[in-house]
Amino acid sequence: MHKNNLKEEIIRISGASPNKCMKCGKCSATCPSFNEMEIAPHMFVDMVIKGRVEQLVMSDATNHCLSCFACVERCPRGVEPAHIIEAIRVIKLRQSGAPQITPAQIASVIDTEIPQQALVSAFRKFRK
Amino acid sequence: MLNIGVFVCWCGSNIAATVDIDQVVAAAKIQPGVVFATDYQYMCSEAGQKIMRNAVLEHKLDGVVICACSPRMHEATFRKNAEKSGLNPFMVEIANIREHVSWIHKDKAVGTVKAIALVNAAIAKVSLNAPLISGESSVTKRALVIGGGIAGLQTALDIAEAGFEVDVVEKLPTIGGNMAKIDKTFPTLDCAACILTPKMVDAASHENIELITYSEVESVKGFVGSFKATIRKKARYVDEVACTGCGVCMAKCPSKKSLNEFNCGLNNRPSVYIPFAQAIPNVAVIDPQSCIKLTRDKCGLCQTVCEAKAIDFTQKDELIEREYGAIVVATGFQPIKVDKFDELGYSQNKDVITSLELERLMNAAGPTGGKLQKVSDGSHPHDIVFIQCVGSRDCTARGKNYCSKICCMYTTKHAMLIRDKYPDINVTVFYIDIRTAGKNYDEFYRRAAEDYGVTYIKGQVGKVYEEDGFLVVQGSDLISNEQIKIKADMVVLAAAIEADPSAKKVASMLTASIDTNNFLTEAHAKLRPVESPTAGIFLSGVCQGPKDIPETVAQAGAAASKVIGLLVKNKLVTNPCVAIADEMLCSGCSNCFNICPYGAIGYEEKLVNDHGIRETRRLAVVNPALCQGCGACSVACPSGAMDLLGFTNKQIMAEVDAICKK
Repeated sequence: MHKNNLKEEIIRISGASPNKCMKCGKCSATCPSFNEMEIAPHMFVDMVIKGRVEQLVMSDATNHCLSCFACVERCPRGVEPAHIIEAIRVIKLRQSGAPQITPAQIASVIDTEIPQQALVSAFRKFRK
Repeated sequence: MLNIGVFVCWCGSNIAATVDIDQVVAAAKIQPGVVFATDYQYMCSEAGQKIMRNAVLEHKLDGVVICACSPRMHEATFRKNAEKSGLNPFMVEIANIREHVSWIHKDKAVGTVKAIALVNAAIAKVSLNAPLISGESSVTKRALVIGGGIAGLQTALDIAEAGFEVDVVEKLPTIGGNMAKIDKTFPTLDCAACILTPKMVDAASHENIELITYSEVESVKGFVGSFKATIRKKARYVDEVACTGCGVCMAKCPSKKSLNEFNCGLNNRPSVYIPFAQAIPNVAVIDPQSCIKLTRDKCGLCQTVCEAKAIDFTQKDELIEREYGAIVVATGFQPIKVDKFDELGYSQNKDVITSLELERLMNAAGPTGGKLQKVSDGSHPHDIVFIQCVGSRDCTARGKNYCSKICCMYTTKHAMLIRDKYPDINVTVFYIDIRTAGKNYDEFYRRAAEDYGVTYIKGQVGKVYEEDGFLVVQGSDLISNEQIKIKADMVVLAAAIEADPSAKKVASMLTASIDTNNFLTEAHAKLRPVESPTAGIFLSGVCQGPKDIPETVAQAGAAASKVIGLLVKNKLVTNPCVAIADEMLCSGCSNCFNICPYGAIGYEEKLVNDHGIRETRRLAVVNPALCQGCGACSVACPSGAMDLLGFTNKQIMAEVDAICKK
C-alpha cells in the first residue's frame, strides 16, 4: 500500500486524531511497557503525522503494547495513541495472511479469569 | 420611491476573493429604486467614505446600502458618514457579505449568489426605512465595580481619582482577592503584600470609594447610564463599625476546626475570624456553618469577651439599592480542583500540593511562617518536582482547553525562590512548552535555568506514587527520549485557572455575554478589549481571560478610562430604534408588559376614534427612554400592534421576500 494511503488507513481504522497531539509526552510518561518498546507511544503518534508509517509496521514495538489504554485515558488532547498502535497491528495482521489459530481451538487454551482486554492483546502476540 | 445607492466593499481580498464583486454590483443596479451602484477596495477608508458622500449629493440619494462587514464593525462609521452628507443616519443599511458570506464560504459561485440575496434584502429593507431621530438619556455619575481583587481595586482607584464615586462589591469578608495570597511577584520578585496592601489601604481611605464587602450583587436592572442594582450584604454577625479588629474573639473561640480558606486549607481557623492580618476591613466575621452559637445555640463566648460589644448574633442579611451609570466586572479566577488527576496523587498524598498552596507555604504570613516544609511531617524537603499544565491545554472533561498563561512564569518564580533560599534543594520542572512572552519574562526563565540550576525537563508526568516513604515521579524526558523516574519529597502541581464561579451568574444578570469557558466576552477582540458588547458594562482582569498582574493592572486602568469617558457625559444619545404601539390595533392584553425585560411598557386609558366609534380603551405605551429595542414585545403581541422602529414587521417581511424571490 502507498505510504500516504497507509497513513490514511491507520487514521481510519483507529479513529484516532494524531494531529491533535501537542507533543507533551504524557502517553510515554504513563506507558508501563516503555522500556520494552523500541518506538515509544509518543513516537507512534509523531511518525503517523509525518507519514513514517512503514517503519511502524516493520517495528516489533506493537507487540509490546499491553493495550492497557493508560495513554488513551490520560492524553490531555484525546489523541488515543493505543488505538493507533492497535490499527498498526490490524494492518500487520491483514498483511500476514491466514490466521494460525481457529476459533474452535480458543476455548481450550484460555483461562476464564483473564480479563478480555488482556486476552485480545495476548492473541495478537501469540499468533506470530 | 427612494433613490437608493449601493456600495460594495472588497475588504481587500477578504470579500473580493470569495464574492464576485462585479456580479453583485450588476445585480444591485437592476433592483427597484437603485439609482447608483459601485464598488471600492476599502469602503471604510476615508477615500471610500468620500465616494459615498459624493454619490449621496450627486445622485440625490435618500437611502444607502453598504455591502461590507458586520454592522457591529462599521454600521456606526457609515451612519456618521451619512450624517456628514446630510442624510438621516438611519437611512443606511448594511448587508453583511463578509462574516455571513466570504468568511464562511469557499465556493465563489455559491458565495456570490448568497451575497446578492443579502444585498437585495438590504435594498428591500432600506426602501421602507424612515428617518429616525435619537433622543437623550441621563447618566448617573457613580460606578459599580464587582470584585475587590487587584483588578477591581485598580479600576476603582482610577475612577475615584478622576472624581467619580465608586462602590466596590466583594463577596468575601475582605478585599485583596487572589493576589493577597501570593508571596512574591514575577519578574521582579517584589513581595505581593508590599505592593497590594497599600492599594487596599488607598481604596479603603479614598473619599470617592465605598467598599461593600461580604456582599453580592443580587440583581441589576436598567441600561447604560441608569443601572439599578440590588446588593445583598450578608450577615457578618459582627458590627462593622464597632469592631476594632483586636482579635480577642478569635483567640477565645472554642470552635477552631474550620479550614482556613485564605491558607488554602493548609491550617485551621476559628469560627469567628479575620481572614488575614492585613484584611480590609479589619473586622471579624462569623462563619455560620461552624459557629456553635449559630448552629446549636450554645457558647456565645466571643460576645462575652468582646469589649467593643461588636458581636451581634441577630444580624440579618441587608439589601442595598443603588443607582449606577456604569458597571465593571472584575470577578477574577480560581485554580481548578486537581483531585480528578488521580495519576498525580493530589488526594492521596499530602506532599503533592498546588502552586497556590506553595505560595502560602513560602509566605512569611502563611501557616509555616514562610519556612518551606513538607506538609506531611514538617520535615525539610530535598527534592521538589514541579508539574506544569495540570488541566491547562487539556480538552478532556478533566481540564481546560486554553493555556492558563501565568503558570510558566510562577513556576519559574517558585523554582528560583526555592533554589535561592535553600540551595540544598534540587528543583525539577516538567513542562510541555515554556511560554514566557513578556517584557523581561524569558530572561527571568533563563536565569532560573542558567544561574539558579533549576532542571527543566520537556515532557509530561505519567504518574506520581509513593515508594519507601518517598514520592516517585514517573515522566517523559522527550529530549533524551527516555521514561524517567525521579525521587521527590514534594510535588507541586501548576493547576489551570478558571473563571470564578460567580462570573456566570454576574454575566447573565448584566446580560453580558460569556464564552464556553465562562470568561466574559469583549465587544471586539482587538479594538474594544475592555468593553462588553452590552453598553455600560466593562471588563477588568481575569474575568475576561487568563492574564498576569501587570496585564490585569493595565486592563483595569483601561476599563476605568472607558468608565470615566462614559461618566463625564451629561447626556447619552439613545437608540431611536424603540418599540411603538399602534393604538388602533392594541387590545390592552398586557402580553408586551409581561415580556418586556426593561420595564419600558406602561398602560393608559385613552379615548380613541376607531372608524367612527369613540370609546375609551386601555392601551400600551412605550417609554422610549427605557426601551432598548430588543423587539420581544413585537413578537409577543397577538394583534400586531407592537412594532419596532427601524425593524418594523413590514421591513423584516420585505427582507424575507427579497431573499426568497428567485
